[in-house]
Amino acid sequence: MTYIVNGETLESSARTLSELLLALEYEGEWLATAVNGELVHRTDRANHRLNDRDRIEILSPMKGG
Amino acid sequence: MLTLYGRELGSRMLLGTARYPSPAILADAVRQAGTEVVTVSLRRETAGGRSGGAFFELIRELGVRVLPNTAGCHSASEAVLTAKMAREVFGTNWIKLEVIGNHDTLQPDVFGLVEAARILAGEGFEVFPYTTDDLVVAERLVEAGCKVLMPWCAPIGSAMGPQNIAALRTMRAHFPEVPLIVDAGIGRPSHATIVMELGYDAVLLNTAVAGAGNPALMAAAFAKAIDAGRAAFEAGMLEPRDMAVPSTPVIGKAVFS
Repeated sequence: MTYIVNGETLESSARTLSELLLALEYEGEWLATAVNGELVHRTDRANHRLNDRDRIEILSPMKGG
Repeated sequence: MLTLYGRELGSRMLLGTARYPSPAILADAVRQAGTEVVTVSLRRETAGGRSGGAFFELIRELGVRVLPNTAGCHSASEAVLTAKMAREVFGTNWIKLEVIGNHDTLQPDVFGLVEAARILAGEGFEVFPYTTDDLVVAERLVEAGCKVLMPWCAPIGSAMGPQNIAALRTMRAHFPEVPLIVDAGIGRPSHATIVMELGYDAVLLNTAVAGAGNPALMAAAFAKAIDAGRAAFEAGMLEPRDMAVPSTPVIGKAVFS
């Protein structure tokens, strides 16, 4: 399926959010995820089924003022 | 003692974590400032999540409270989602709410700010709104559930220092019980002293420290300046007057002619 991950379009066979994170080698307790503008809690990623053209944001801590 | 959303803090200096020459210098500045709260942000992570992880560890090791921000958000909906994602990562209800309205001045979009503050307060967030010195906006923010206000004193990173002392003074007088933190526009320690002398509760800094030739030394200088301003406010200062008043008593003065 086609997903838009952090603004980049890519193809993946992953069907859930946690599968996608694994496939893209994202790991770490400090990540936050959203799909189509809605927060997906880390505990819900395994059950969150993805659809074609879903927009996924994967954020992590960064310096800030 | 400064109390923000029920948390007592010994330091009245909040410090941003951006723009330091290195992570080690950031850590040194935090220690020299004695700050207990640092601001952090969230950004898109590249695959692997390693850069965010390294920063996450650095902040943990500092042993300070984090105040995540919604920097870069230009709408209430963006800011609300970013706040929720920040809570997921940092495990805190504190959020420095920024909704930017103008690209050049980084002036807050106060309409989006109030809207986002209302939504977030309703979802249990403890909102620190980055706002202007507009009194009516401040009232709306308090009505929306904000128990802290963070007016700018000049545009972010401008180092101009307080541009509207009268407005800052009015805000202080109008909200005697609300903790007020000057956020943005401070360039040098004397600017921080000025706003603290007005009775502001704290100062949030970043560029003025991170961009200094010696950030750690500047952090220490700011800490002293903030403490000095606060002590002066608590001590009660003289009001300026037009005519001289002799400081040496005139009674008993010798008469030579």
